[in-house]
Amino acid sequence: MVDAAVGAGVPKRARSIYDKEVQGVVWQVVVLAIVAGVVYYLYSNMVANQARQNITTGFDYLGREAGFGIGESWTTYSPASTYAQAVFVGFLNTLAVAIVGVVLATFIGISVGIALLSRNWLVAKLMSVYVNLLRNIPVLLQIIFWHTLITSERFLPIPREFLVENGPQPLLGSVYFTRRGIFMPIFEGHIGWLGALVGLIVGIIGAWLLARWAKRRMDDTGQQFPAFWAGIGVLAMCTFVGWIVMGAPTTVSYPSIGRFRVSGGMTMTPEFLALLLGLTVYTSAFIADIVRSGILSVPKGQIEAGRAIGLKESVIMRKVILPQALRVIIPPLTSQYLNLTKNSSLAVAVGYPELVSISNTTLSQTGQAPEAILIMMIVYLAISITTSLLMNWYNARIQLVER
Amino acid sequence: MRSTTKVAVASAAAVLMMGTAAYAQKTVELIKARGELVCGVSTGLGGFSVPDSAGKWTGLDVDYCKAVAAAILGDGNKVKFQALTAQQRFTALQSGEVDMLSRNTTWTLTRDTALGLNFTAVTYYDGQGFMVPKKLGVKSAKELDGATVCVQPGTTTELNLADYFRSNNMKFTPVVIENLQEVNAAFFSGRCDVYTTDASGLASIRKNDAPKGKSDDYVILPEIISKEPLGPVVRHGDDQFLDVVKWVIFATVEAEEYGVTSANAAKMATDTKNPGIKRLLGSTPGMGKALGLDEAWAMNAIKAVGNYGEIWERNIPALGLPRGVNNLWSKGGIMYAPPVR
Ligand SMILES: N[C@@H](CCC(=O)N[C@@H](CS)C(=O)NCC(=O)O)C(=O)O
Repeated sequence: MVDAAVGAGVPKRARSIYDKEVQGVVWQVVVLAIVAGVVYYLYSNMVANQARQNITTGFDYLGREAGFGIGESWTTYSPASTYAQAVFVGFLNTLAVAIVGVVLATFIGISVGIALLSRNWLVAKLMSVYVNLLRNIPVLLQIIFWHTLITSERFLPIPREFLVENGPQPLLGSVYFTRRGIFMPIFEGHIGWLGALVGLIVGIIGAWLLARWAKRRMDDTGQQFPAFWAGIGVLAMCTFVGWIVMGAPTTVSYPSIGRFRVSGGMTMTPEFLALLLGLTVYTSAFIADIVRSGILSVPKGQIEAGRAIGLKESVIMRKVILPQALRVIIPPLTSQYLNLTKNSSLAVAVGYPELVSISNTTLSQTGQAPEAILIMMIVYLAISITTSLLMNWYNARIQLVER
Repeated sequence: MRSTTKVAVASAAAVLMMGTAAYAQKTVELIKARGELVCGVSTGLGGFSVPDSAGKWTGLDVDYCKAVAAAILGDGNKVKFQALTAQQRFTALQSGEVDMLSRNTTWTLTRDTALGLNFTAVTYYDGQGFMVPKKLGVKSAKELDGATVCVQPGTTTELNLADYFRSNNMKFTPVVIENLQEVNAAFFSGRCDVYTTDASGLASIRKNDAPKGKSDDYVILPEIISKEPLGPVVRHGDDQFLDVVKWVIFATVEAEEYGVTSANAAKMATDTKNPGIKRLLGSTPGMGKALGLDEAWAMNAIKAVGNYGEIWERNIPALGLPRGVNNLWSKGGIMYAPPVR
């Protein structure tokens, strides 16, 4: 009897096909098998047809000489470089425009988003026109618009025109706005700038540690500490020290205009500028709206409570509104960042040599479409996943901790 | 999804789905069943392939699409033209989106082998040149060190450009734009110092696409830096269709040699004593059967577009280009067709 009682207490469930759980598993396996089957069918079809047409396949081509020139590159590239190097140049160009674009779009988006809620009627209306106009014009059109504007002979000169007497004059003595791009001075490459960079990174870590300490102290003792300004100070100090220690370089390279070539200095091409402007302005309109709705999602009572205990408006914004608004803002913001990055492929229209543009060239020079497209997909996936992970991590950190 | 991604995904899908239907049959059968030829042409290059405002296509490349359609279907108007940029063209052909390319495409070893394609015959012997604004005062390509150069991607043009500057120890900055209208606009607005492509393309762009009345502000430099034999292309793996396109081209050249024109072909077929002309026009049967076509294949092609000389006269002199090497071998050129027998 005792035994039987124990047995009844732990009933052995018989699995049957009527079991919901079992059915669930079975369906998943079936769906997976179908998907795998379709993929396999398409893949083998492709392989069979490529073989029938004698199309070269495989990734060997990546090691061969590319043979074409690329207009702008963050690494040394020449037509004698390989296809792999060419694709890498494209990847870096994609990253460059995406990173600068995300930073600028965030900055503009937040400012416009806050201004949308301004009590000044004119400001609020103007901003709402900005948002509604810009996010309803296709971004491709905006990019082409900027490119046409910059390269139009109606507005800007070409570099050569600066050489003629009584011609246009550079801004501040050495910044040239032309329809071939903006040419400006830049510090010459020197190990000292690496020192400054290392200093900056150390400074960021230092500022972060300082902020953590300040927060813990406030939680424990209620004493305030100007962590923000102190952090900026630490950051500036470390950067400065890094720069000094590694030789304090100050040599500047100025652009010098020749008949054809502009040498020295730094160049921002019309293609980069058009793409950057197009992406930034378009995305900032979306971000502004996200920021606005994030702020509106904070209950009014919170703000009134803040005022009631005598907090300053700026403190209310920083300590009451933003922390709560960010919870609402971050997830849609992440997808805007991803959109901006993917939209950078529209560069093809104006000829900025980013990943898609160079992959397409590679594709048509080698005829190896599936390979080139696979590489593109993997790279975009990697960029997207990295962005999502970073943003999710940040999102998790700023979630309100229930106490 | 944006246009390029869309193109990429579409070509991926197309490549994935190559096979099954399209390849179960031979191209000639497929064209007959469909009732039209799908022909890949450029997006708009006057003299070679360009649509008018009513969507009617004209040009030398277009005429060869019509000639092939006439040879297979008996009607030169049964063609669907598919406009393709330089970058889209090979994937479109590989994946079966078009039956053939007739799109100022240069015959190269890589394209003829690794890309899975077959070149048929040359319809225009060309070479790459440079165009610059006259006011630049440049007289030779050798003076172009440091220049910014507008070029289309996916072309032999961008490869020759790099080769030429490398071998002459000069530097250049390429501005690489896929869309023809955009690259033209970039050049004519002064974004680039130089425009480079096939000399025929330069002549066409200078005449048709320069701002109104400004054609004379641009000059084409004397250097021709490459060989660009242009002609129609088909896929590997269908010998019959390769033969058909190839021999339609040869037939137009042979017809010019014999003095057979679109106007006199029908009369010649019955009146001539020349056995060669009889074979060509099908009054002596055999040639059509060998190609797997109707015996009137060449007659239909010539009636539709004329002989090579007529095709040339209709399209090219307007660009201001001389016949030059594209003349018949018997008239000092290198146009030469193997015998139709
Ligand atoms: N013959 C060269 C160049 C062909 C080419 O695409 N040329 C350009 C410039 S003339 C063109 O035809 N573009 C027309 C278009 O993109 O629709 C090749 O086969 O690579």
